[in-house]
Amino acid sequence: MSSIKVNNEKCVGCTLCVKVCPAQAIKMVDKKAVIDLDRCTLCGVCVSTCKFGAISILRQQAAKDKDLSHYKGVWVFAEQRNGVFSTVAFELLNKAQVLAKDLNTYVGAVLLGSGIKDKAQELISRGADKVFVIDSPVLQNFITENYKEAIIELVNKYKPEIILAGATTTGRSLVSRIAVDLYAGLTADCTGLDIDKEKKILIQTRPAFGGNIMAQIISPDYRPQMATVRHKVMPEAVVNPGREGEVIVNDFNPEWQDHRIKFLDFIAEAVSTVNLSDADIIVSGGRGLQAPENFKIIEELAASLGAAVGASRAAVDSGWMPYSHQVGQTGRTVCPKIYIACGISGQIQHLVGMQSSKTIIAINKDPDAPIFKVADYGLVGDVFKIIPLLTKKIQEIRNK
Amino acid sequence: MAMNILVCIKQVPDTTDVKIDPKTNTLIREGVQSIINPFDAYAIEEAVRLKERFGGKATVITMGPPQAQDALKEAISLGIDEAIHLSDRAFAGSDTWATSLILSAAIKKIGDFDLIICGKQASDGDTAQVGPGIAAHLDLAQATYVRRIDSVHLDTNPKVMIVERLLEEGYELIEIHLPALITVVKEINTPRMPSLKGKMRAQKAAITVWGNKDLGIEENKIGLKGSPTQVVKIFTPPHKEGGKVFTGEPGEVVDALVAEIKDIL
Repeated sequence: MSSIKVNNEKCVGCTLCVKVCPAQAIKMVDKKAVIDLDRCTLCGVCVSTCKFGAISILRQQAAKDKDLSHYKGVWVFAEQRNGVFSTVAFELLNKAQVLAKDLNTYVGAVLLGSGIKDKAQELISRGADKVFVIDSPVLQNFITENYKEAIIELVNKYKPEIILAGATTTGRSLVSRIAVDLYAGLTADCTGLDIDKEKKILIQTRPAFGGNIMAQIISPDYRPQMATVRHKVMPEAVVNPGREGEVIVNDFNPEWQDHRIKFLDFIAEAVSTVNLSDADIIVSGGRGLQAPENFKIIEELAASLGAAVGASRAAVDSGWMPYSHQVGQTGRTVCPKIYIACGISGQIQHLVGMQSSKTIIAINKDPDAPIFKVADYGLVGDVFKIIPLLTKKIQEIRNK
Repeated sequence: MAMNILVCIKQVPDTTDVKIDPKTNTLIREGVQSIINPFDAYAIEEAVRLKERFGGKATVITMGPPQAQDALKEAISLGIDEAIHLSDRAFAGSDTWATSLILSAAIKKIGDFDLIICGKQASDGDTAQVGPGIAAHLDLAQATYVRRIDSVHLDTNPKVMIVERLLEEGYELIEIHLPALITVVKEINTPRMPSLKGKMRAQKAAITVWGNKDLGIEENKIGLKGSPTQVVKIFTPPHKEGGKVFTGEPGEVVDALVAEIKDIL
């Protein structure tokens, strides 16, 4: 069994490990850290935190003498709906090109759907060297079970070393199943991907605990190395129209279809035209707006910026906005380029859903509101006066 | 027409309690209360509602150290009938692959069920991988991000359910055969508070504890050893310093802001 040990020679009794242990499994006995192995979950937080290198986890390795060198290529799951790619697919293609260069291999894109074959060129122009296409009416709508079966077949046939997918509802549902079936490592919601050039493995960086801590994760002994990646943290691959690549078409085997699940209908949300996870800019409203009709000023500011509309939990629980707009711990996690929080005090549950945004602007009448602690720019004052002025100003700039 | 429902939950640290030590820039979890993962509260409530409607049994399962029993007791106080605690040193260090294997092994041991409900994701790890992982290990159909169960048909063969999945741009309707696994979002219900009767039942409830000798999983597929992923480093991101704050007349603060952000608009 794997285990964890404290080196008493190195432990200085600083108690930092006691403070950070999420399982509260560490106590100080005679000024040395002692770990209660029944409580310990081997999460490793203490190991990383200890400044003296006094704690170590002895990881017992499963016997792995598999040769992994025949796994080649960095693949991207090119998510699309009705022939329109999710922008995260282009963001992944950009990253995949960097990773593939470091590994001296090719960029592959997986394109599944119905009547989508001619979309392969678009992926090539965005950096794919090979596009693996399965075009079948069965794949018209996203059904996890059918998609995963098709991808597993492709993986077994072409053996990629890395697979990336967007951390979307589709991507997360899909690759979780694929990773289990393939006995592969999967890291969710990455914000950073790099290659360890010496070991030729993928280093995945992801926020945990609502962005309060970051973890670096590897999966050295398993292939493919899989990760879902957050929207908007990486730039899109540039379009190179003349770029050449290979299109590899496979058939959908009817046996792969799972008849236990059936798509019936898709109902698009009418309230807003820009969806939260796709948005470069999000304007969110909270309790400070006081009444549902006041969200109009949020919507107008959002419209002037081409932004999506978000809401705090307080606004959603009051019935002012639908749940699908909720940002925060029990809603969506977003990281747009600009996040504008209007009349939101900034409870920790809200902050964990948006604090990774690149630039945060907060408008609030209370100068002590916690939102100002994470804001790059804070405007203290009345939202009902400030927001319409800001909207007008932005319209002027944009019209120039 | 009874319905047997299993709910998989996780005990997590309460985010609202977590503080950052400004000197060491580390997350302080000492003295932080443990709670049921917020999304799992909706899973528990949905299971109890289905049970109340159709009859049957709602069982809650968690994997975790001994202290996770508190979460199971709380679930019972909310209307869950039985609780199973998967606890073994051999489970420590399991990533989502190994965790979903351990939970699915327990579910196989339970045997008879119509539906597994999980919260969409846990608030500490945020992976959303364990639910679909369990479905994969058990080869079940899955519906993730369910915001509403439209209908349940237990008199058909097979039994089916129609559910609404919340997606980025709207929602979709899915028909799914039972037994199946769903993960739920907050919109699905409003959880009840524990009743006094429930609290008393929870106090007295005997919780079944299973270790790996009960589940019999190959040792090299669980714990750190069986986990394909390894955490190499955990660090606290540089704490954001408060930025520029503008006070004054609305017109002034707007002008000051626009001057700053002009280039990124």
